[in-house]
Amino acid sequence: MKIEERGYESRLRSSTLRAVSTAASPAAPGSVQPSRGRSADRRRSLDRFGDGLLRTVCAAAAVTAVGILVLSAYQIIDHASPAISKFGLGFLFSTEWLPNFGIFGAGTLLYGTLVSSFFALLIGAPIAIAIGLYLSLLAPKGVRGVISPMVEMLAAIPSVILGFWGILLLAPFVHKHVEPFLHDTLGFIPLFGPPQTTGASIFTASLILTIMIIPIVASISRDLFLAVPRDVQDGASALGATRWEVVRGIVLPTTSSGVIAASLLGLGRALGEAIAVAQVIGAGEAIKNHSLFETGDTLAARIANQFPGAITGMHKASLYYCAAILLVIGLASNLCAQWIGRRFDYRRAAAR
Amino acid sequence: MNEQPALDPAAPLTPTGNLRRRRAVSRVAESGATLAAALAVGVLGIVVYSVLIHGASALSLDFLLEGAPNGIGPALVGTAEIVAMAAVFAVPLGVLVALYLVEFGSGRLAAPIRTTLDVMNGYPSIIVGVFIYILIVEPTESQSAIAASVALAIIMLPIVARGTEEVLRLVPDSMREASDALGVSRWRSVLTVILPSAVGGIATASILAIARAAGETAPLILISSNNPGISVSLNPFEAVPNMPGTIYRLSEEANPEGFARAWGAGFVLLAFIMAANVFARILLNRSRRKMAG
Amino acid sequence: MSSVEQQFGQAGFEAVPHVPPSRVRIQTGPLAEAGPSSGRRELAVEAVFDVREVSVHYGAKRALQGVNMRIPRSRITALIGPSGCGKSTFIRSLNRMNDSVSGFKLDGEVLYHGHDLYAGNVDEVEVRRRIGMVFQKPNPFPKSIYDNVAWAPRNLGLRHGLDERVEQALRGAALWDEVKDRLKASALGLSGGQQQRLCIARAIAIEPDVLLLDEPASALDPIATASIEELMHSLKGRFTIVIVTHNMQQAARVADETAFFGLNAAGGEPVGTLIEHDHTEKIFGHPADPRTRDYVSGRFG
Repeated sequence: MKIEERGYESRLRSSTLRAVSTAASPAAPGSVQPSRGRSADRRRSLDRFGDGLLRTVCAAAAVTAVGILVLSAYQIIDHASPAISKFGLGFLFSTEWLPNFGIFGAGTLLYGTLVSSFFALLIGAPIAIAIGLYLSLLAPKGVRGVISPMVEMLAAIPSVILGFWGILLLAPFVHKHVEPFLHDTLGFIPLFGPPQTTGASIFTASLILTIMIIPIVASISRDLFLAVPRDVQDGASALGATRWEVVRGIVLPTTSSGVIAASLLGLGRALGEAIAVAQVIGAGEAIKNHSLFETGDTLAARIANQFPGAITGMHKASLYYCAAILLVIGLASNLCAQWIGRRFDYRRAAAR
Repeated sequence: MNEQPALDPAAPLTPTGNLRRRRAVSRVAESGATLAAALAVGVLGIVVYSVLIHGASALSLDFLLEGAPNGIGPALVGTAEIVAMAAVFAVPLGVLVALYLVEFGSGRLAAPIRTTLDVMNGYPSIIVGVFIYILIVEPTESQSAIAASVALAIIMLPIVARGTEEVLRLVPDSMREASDALGVSRWRSVLTVILPSAVGGIATASILAIARAAGETAPLILISSNNPGISVSLNPFEAVPNMPGTIYRLSEEANPEGFARAWGAGFVLLAFIMAANVFARILLNRSRRKMAG
Repeated sequence: MSSVEQQFGQAGFEAVPHVPPSRVRIQTGPLAEAGPSSGRRELAVEAVFDVREVSVHYGAKRALQGVNMRIPRSRITALIGPSGCGKSTFIRSLNRMNDSVSGFKLDGEVLYHGHDLYAGNVDEVEVRRRIGMVFQKPNPFPKSIYDNVAWAPRNLGLRHGLDERVEQALRGAALWDEVKDRLKASALGLSGGQQQRLCIARAIAIEPDVLLLDEPASALDPIATASIEELMHSLKGRFTIVIVTHNMQQAARVADETAFFGLNAAGGEPVGTLIEHDHTEKIFGHPADPRTRDYVSGRFG
């Protein structure tokens, strides 16, 4: 996060560096020193051409990257327009999804998306922050060097493998042991209703999403905590504070914005996960009893499940509509994360 | 609130006042953090172990070479083809974008580009799949490996760009100034001095991007899923069998024998991805040491 | 010698009810010294710290060797000497702040009011509650001025009368008048000298027994340095103070006793050790050890 914003050439144009380089090459940066002869002239113009070409090519690449993003958003929303004009905003709330009748509503999907992701964040963020604290403040350096990469490896597991493991091994376990236990103890909360026939549920999907969120939030948190100046922590210790008090009073407050930004990035990951969720969530068609242990579906998973087989135009358009909604929420959480993260950097820079 | 008795400095150095309780709280917090780390390692271990145990039994040379339904040979080749093509698109593009940010960028364009890269990094891969479907599959009315490569390239781009940017920034300005002072043109410095010194970092970023792309399933479901994988197919203009898609398909079918093959394919895929990550890490450490020393 | 009598008067006896009599010395005559370079002195005042044959290693590297010293109560003891002679290491060893440095190992004994600081059952958080420290570079918390001072008392459960406690601490650090109208402002907006006084206020807010100051003024400008020095005088009676300083004028002005740390090359590798420890006038006026004399006169000369 300590990135300089300006490229070399742009910094060159500022006065201090200019003094150094123009002393040697009085013309614009990158030009050859004055020498005699036509071959030298030709070389100079070739160099200038080369510079210009390189700059143009790089700029074109950069513009392409931005263009891809913009184009993707435009295309998806454009292709969703038949569904948008037919269903309007009611699409977000209606829970009827009947391809055979041309009636589509993403209410169930939106519910599933938000519930599974937020639940995953609820469980995953504190665990990840704790891991970040462990790796930065508790673990001896050698242990950190082993455990840190292992936490990052967790992020490298492809979602299809995680989802496969989820439906074959995690779901039965959850179904047999965790769901009954939670229902027995917390059953008065409608969230923890009776377990269903298999472990394929919003709950299992949330657990899988938790596994995906944790490495992201943990690595960023670890780096944030490592960056808290040692001298301020020493100052707190020297006042007779316990380790936890130093964390609670100094480390966490100082890094709070960054940790929130990291959590939002994790949330974005959860919101957009299609494959693993599709494998374990059971493709439920309605919001049943608001229980986590029922099957459900998310925007991303529905697209993955039904897009290859969608035939009618309205079916496809509705799926594009789902993609558009997903795009908007995903973008929102990502941009929020960036905005909070940047504010955090400025605040820290100003404080110093 | 309980007021502490006046401090008696000569008392033994065991906890006084509320310290015993505070110490207990701190110990609980420390245990919690350690437990959380153990949990993460534990989950990693369980997943890898499961894949190992269930997948190893399905592995055999036939499995690796034959086509569906007994083997995953064509899928392996297909993934290699798609990922290789994606890398051909993504690596140069990513390096160029990073070059722009580090060498040429002016403040105005740099910010939106960086935002774009960060957004791309978190872009749901299903959305990328839908986009490329719209862009290529729909107009050409057929799935293709090339389309899949473009989709994977979009996913790889921010990883390559970020890694390259980091390593380009490590090149000190003094090197660029020296080049300028010697009258060497920018393009020559970039190509002959700066990029070569950044090669380690670029390679690391590329390997990480490849590892990521190899495991991406969502775009392939939409773009390269028509091929049943019975025989090796290299035609880039057709759908090509691939590993993640195979695993997904086998996992969704309610066929236990299919599950065994899915575990086997998962084993191979995971092994490759883990190896690539470890390799990238080793490369990173080595290039860090070279930069520092 | 007569100056010693002037300093301590006829009866150097201090009644300290809880302390066993062996810790109290009655001086009525000339000071008995165990030798000029061992640093061991008999004191008229109770010793807060009794350091016995202390050596410190960081891993394989030896940072400090063979220190014997008694630090008197309610006095200011200055540690002077060139860089790298272990003064910082020594002072940080007095409140277990070196624990977090990797490879740290201490041999010998550091007795605090008779208790071994490094014994197995010692709680280092309790140690730091009684022995406070102010660091070289001011390190205020990124909180308000009030919260900086109030943070540690809150932890200790001293919530009653917190406002008065904060005010007393800030007054004690000669900072109250400057900040009383902006207690809720961020501490990071204060000048360097003010921040350092805030750190001192923070430390004294919990009423420790001892205040350790590791070069508190070296990162400050001369005016801020002067204000810190004035502070030392006013704090002297309330706390036992040990201060590491590179500024010899500061030591001469402020300290009752001075200890000179230098390098001892006797065992091969030069290692920091205590060369001489005595009343300030003696160290600066007519030091016993030639190394002390060289260092002290080199600066003045």
